[in-house]
Amino acid sequence: MTRTTAPRFNLYWFSSPQTFYPLAGKLVPWFAALAVILTLVGLYIAFLVAPTDATQGESYRIIFIHVPAAWMSMFLYVVMAFWAAVGLAFNTRLSSMMATAIAPTGALMTFLALWTGALWGRPTWGAYWVWDARLTSELILLFLYLGFIALQAAIDDPRRADKAGAVLAIIGVINVPIIYFSVKWWNTLHQGASVSVKGSSMATTMLVGMLIMALAYWMYAIAAVLIRVRTIILEREKRADWVRELVAKETLK
Amino acid sequence: MNWGSWDAFWAMGGYGLYVWGSYAVAVAVAAIEIWQLRARRRAAVTEAVRESARARSAA
Repeated sequence: MTRTTAPRFNLYWFSSPQTFYPLAGKLVPWFAALAVILTLVGLYIAFLVAPTDATQGESYRIIFIHVPAAWMSMFLYVVMAFWAAVGLAFNTRLSSMMATAIAPTGALMTFLALWTGALWGRPTWGAYWVWDARLTSELILLFLYLGFIALQAAIDDPRRADKAGAVLAIIGVINVPIIYFSVKWWNTLHQGASVSVKGSSMATTMLVGMLIMALAYWMYAIAAVLIRVRTIILEREKRADWVRELVAKETLK
Repeated sequence: MNWGSWDAFWAMGGYGLYVWGSYAVAVAVAAIEIWQLRARRRAAVTEAVRESARARSAA
């Protein structure tokens, strides 16, 4: 089953690892470049433009990593669960590979949100850690990512690993709204959202800097996931004809 | 401009440890992930090339 041209625009065409592999390879440099540019602009605003906070002094500058990392940790989980569910429902290999590729980046974002949160909590609350609903549910998110990675690593057959991981990812998605709304549902030490559809309670330059950093993290995550999914495709399809053709043409890299 | 000197910049109004502790770990996390991505990719490419050579010699 080797088709070399797309007969018409068809999502199934892109759902084949064979067509996605070179496409992802072309996209990676663009997302990586965007991530670098946005990070530089974001850091410039974060340290040189945004003013000192009236109540928190300079400690608030942790926000420029903390909020983007926390947003990405939740967003990536939802995207991971989505692809895992698509893979489970339609048996599309690439969807499951996407889910597997997202997990490590999501876990790192979650770790970063917790770490920066601890370093922000110490000067503002007087404690690195409290068993508050927001912090606890974010910690559970880290365990969900690690559980997903460990479960898949423990199963030798990749297709069975995909299915087992998908079930875990789908069940765990319930935790994401719990994290998001925890500051409303419970009386938490963690503050409520500063940014919502109704507007923002932050100074404009602080908000702009934070949103640019969030975009930078987003682009970084896309680049990292695309690189990882390409590697996973190669690991799983190393015996496929199309991989041999790429090796012969020396266009694998 | 927020900072009169480099010392003031690094001190972060007394919060240097927390602010730079956050940014340093953010950089470290990205560095570790990029290193890991590169290592895994190299291993996969090597393996695919080896697999391809094996198939050619068998044919």
